[in-house]
Amino acid sequence: MTPIVVDATTEPAAVAAPRTEALDTFPKMLMAHARLRPDRPAMREKDYGIWQSWSWAQVASEVAALAGGLAALGFRRGDKLAIIGDNRPRLYWAIAATQALGGVPVPVYQDSIADEMAFVLDHAEMRFAIVEGQEQVDKLVLVKERCPLLEHVIFCDPRGLRHYKEAYLHPYDRVREEGQALLRERPDFVTREIARGEGADTAIILYTSGTTGRPKGVVLSFDNLIATARAAIAFEGLTDREEVLAYLPMAWIGEHIFSYVQAYCTGFCVSCPESGATAMADLRELGPSYLFAPPRIFETILTQVMIRMEDAAWWKRRIFDYFLGVARRAGPALLDGRAVSWRDRALYRLGNLLVYGPLKNTLGLSRVRVAYTAGEAIGPDLFLFYRALGINLKQLYGMTESSVFLCIQRDGAARPDTVGVPIPGVEIRIAEGGEVLFRSPGAFQSYYKNPEATAEMKGADDWVHTGDAGFFDADRQLTIVDRARDVGHLEGGALFAPKFIENKLKFFPYIKEAVAFGDGRDFVAAFINIDLEAVGNWAERRSLAYASYQELAANEGVYDLIEGCIASVNRDLAAEPHLAPSQIRRFLILHKELDADDGELTRTRKVRRRIIAERYRSLVEALYAGAETGHIESEVTFEDGRRGTMRAELRVREVATAPVPRPAPPPEPVRRTEAVA
Amino acid sequence: MPDRQIGEAILDAQSISLSFGGIQALSEVSLAIREHEIFAIIGPNGAGKTSLLNVINGFYHPQRGSLTWKGVTRRRMRPHEAAAQGIARTFQNVALFRGMTTLDNIMTGRLMRMRKNLFWQALHVGPAATEELEHRAAVERIIDFLEIEAIRKVPVGQLAYGLQKRVELARALAMEPELLLLDEPMAGMNVEEKEDMCRFILDVNDEFGTTIALIEHDMGVVMDISDRVAVLDYGRKLADGPPDDVRSDPAVIAAYLGVER
Repeated sequence: MTPIVVDATTEPAAVAAPRTEALDTFPKMLMAHARLRPDRPAMREKDYGIWQSWSWAQVASEVAALAGGLAALGFRRGDKLAIIGDNRPRLYWAIAATQALGGVPVPVYQDSIADEMAFVLDHAEMRFAIVEGQEQVDKLVLVKERCPLLEHVIFCDPRGLRHYKEAYLHPYDRVREEGQALLRERPDFVTREIARGEGADTAIILYTSGTTGRPKGVVLSFDNLIATARAAIAFEGLTDREEVLAYLPMAWIGEHIFSYVQAYCTGFCVSCPESGATAMADLRELGPSYLFAPPRIFETILTQVMIRMEDAAWWKRRIFDYFLGVARRAGPALLDGRAVSWRDRALYRLGNLLVYGPLKNTLGLSRVRVAYTAGEAIGPDLFLFYRALGINLKQLYGMTESSVFLCIQRDGAARPDTVGVPIPGVEIRIAEGGEVLFRSPGAFQSYYKNPEATAEMKGADDWVHTGDAGFFDADRQLTIVDRARDVGHLEGGALFAPKFIENKLKFFPYIKEAVAFGDGRDFVAAFINIDLEAVGNWAERRSLAYASYQELAANEGVYDLIEGCIASVNRDLAAEPHLAPSQIRRFLILHKELDADDGELTRTRKVRRRIIAERYRSLVEALYAGAETGHIESEVTFEDGRRGTMRAELRVREVATAPVPRPAPPPEPVRRTEAVA
Repeated sequence: MPDRQIGEAILDAQSISLSFGGIQALSEVSLAIREHEIFAIIGPNGAGKTSLLNVINGFYHPQRGSLTWKGVTRRRMRPHEAAAQGIARTFQNVALFRGMTTLDNIMTGRLMRMRKNLFWQALHVGPAATEELEHRAAVERIIDFLEIEAIRKVPVGQLAYGLQKRVELARALAMEPELLLLDEPMAGMNVEEKEDMCRFILDVNDEFGTTIALIEHDMGVVMDISDRVAVLDYGRKLADGPPDDVRSDPAVIAAYLGVER
């Protein structure tokens, strides 16, 4: 059938068909899609090994039935509903059903432990929750006492829940049937409820993981989300033919925008993987055209490719290495439309036939038209690797508080060190002291029940403080240096940007996480987390025996390996005069992986450096006291919520620093003041 | 499936004695496994636990005693007869086809239920194709149930030990057995893998109503998930009953759990 575009911003010619101005909430958009493209797929899920799909018409009736069922349970306008689970169609429908009834959906990170969940449930005063299955039900049963407002819990998968007698638990199918019964009696019930909603209403509350303190609930309205999503759709020229894989946590704003907001704004199909572990295989089957991933996913993919190449035959490795060299030379330039010699062009074509094409196909990236990375800085080598293969990977800048999109790199102007230009409608200003401020239609309403934090973030003049330090470069692209409060100085006064150093370290496949210390100290030292897969493989090929992560991490050979990586980073740092003083002099390999369950990383895997510095204080002291070893006792939380203690004696290793060409000049000011963009 | 209710004895062993030459592996062991229950067999190494499972699924033939399976008493039963009558098992040391994928391994568990002959299966047309689709669907339900989607197409030899154990359980489940014999399903696993396995065993018992007899050394696991426990020592049964009774039985404490002095 011919596609009819609902959204006026994507294709102005189609305005005649629907009344665009009325589509100011997602349930309204859903009903419009059900009318305009009833048979086009709206959602897919791989289940029992097969992609099952639902058309827009089916999704609309599923959402209506669920909304009816919620109403039958006593859902009122303004009620909040928690959504907890992996990416499942039913949970996406729950978002639309809640919004249809004038309620507010609140997705919660599904791997939160019970205690964190209790905080969010209680803070958002949720009366309803819809969860995936037993694992989440168990957590809610555990915290039910502490959340007196929680009245009803709906579960999608009844497996293992047969003997649960709690009266507040309802199977999804029953709620749906009751909704259908209600709709038989009052067929226009849901339609009327939908009509009562408007763009200024609260669409969703998303709790930010936050690197400090308790999570904060970011309140976003339909207008916020729709205006921002449409600006980005127009910027990239997205259509209803995009293919998207929904595999990142539903509680994360990026996932919400890509797999829900933009899908509803344009009418493209969103696919859910079979399980978290199969996401990469499902990505390959689906071949998405529009992809979003935080750097760590791109890192994981690259690590796996490199490991497999190391196990390949020598002649395959030679071909791979040669053409990767060609790609690095010519690929990014070709993608940007810059001049490339005819010889490189020809070689690149050959490489595409032999290496890049098959590789992209294996990774499921053959059809990618637009790929974004955001959330963390991406290593330049990593970024250019994908662009070299001809994948249009770009950076964007945004946050929950801005409904994601603030800046996006234009096609042909993607660079590893910047985050692009402000999209239409967004104003960016660099404050005195280097902090990035913005003003945009996507700027959040408030932090839920936290006026102090709202006031701190959002000044009286409507400029929102991002907390990031950055500047505009010569191309008028925004560059983010670090979190404003993390940028520090060594004792000698030299600049110390920890994340910059950590990112350089993390580009090595053997290093999974790194934490650099140095603010107020006389040199830089680091904690290293090895990557079990990559280092394990390395050890296997050298017949190094190990029984556990801890044993591998303490291995002398592994220390040598990491020392090599750090020495190479030091050489890089030495090349840049104002960073040369932050070469790493001492390091140790941690005995355990930094873990979000222990509060050491956020749920989006950002390092919480303050907490780590506090918890591992004895190790930090050992790094700076010149000791040979450091002793640590740390508390760990197992996946089932139990706690235990780990003790370890860790060795500290010195690294040679690279010679600095000349004495370090005074630190270059990173925080520049720039005019409004 | 109605709520699981422990019913009458589904398998009744009477005075089983088994010896290999001069070694008496089992002597006069009598026990009954009831429908829908989880029945654990514990005992020190060499107590005759695995021999007992081998007797139940017909791999060993006892010199004395009788087995009654679903009301039919017999002295001898061959393993394939046991399988045809709804007894499936897993092994102490994983016994999968290492070069085959997880999916194919589980498919072999369906062989007992395939009706079309080799000729039609090889041609893969008409009714044989339909039949295979049905079996494939059943296998997919088991893959979903045991959460092994990610390793569906991976050769079993490449899998970690804990996953191989899970695949073995999947293959046994593919037979849709009435009685599932698990020989040390959690041996060599870490705490998290054990927890997963416990949950799967309980879920199998709960969702499909499968009766389960298992051998396990981890006392915590045994006491947590079993409805009844039998204790063997030197081929003799010391006690059987609910976990709490067994735990406090003086003979058991002396022989197995250790005596406090």
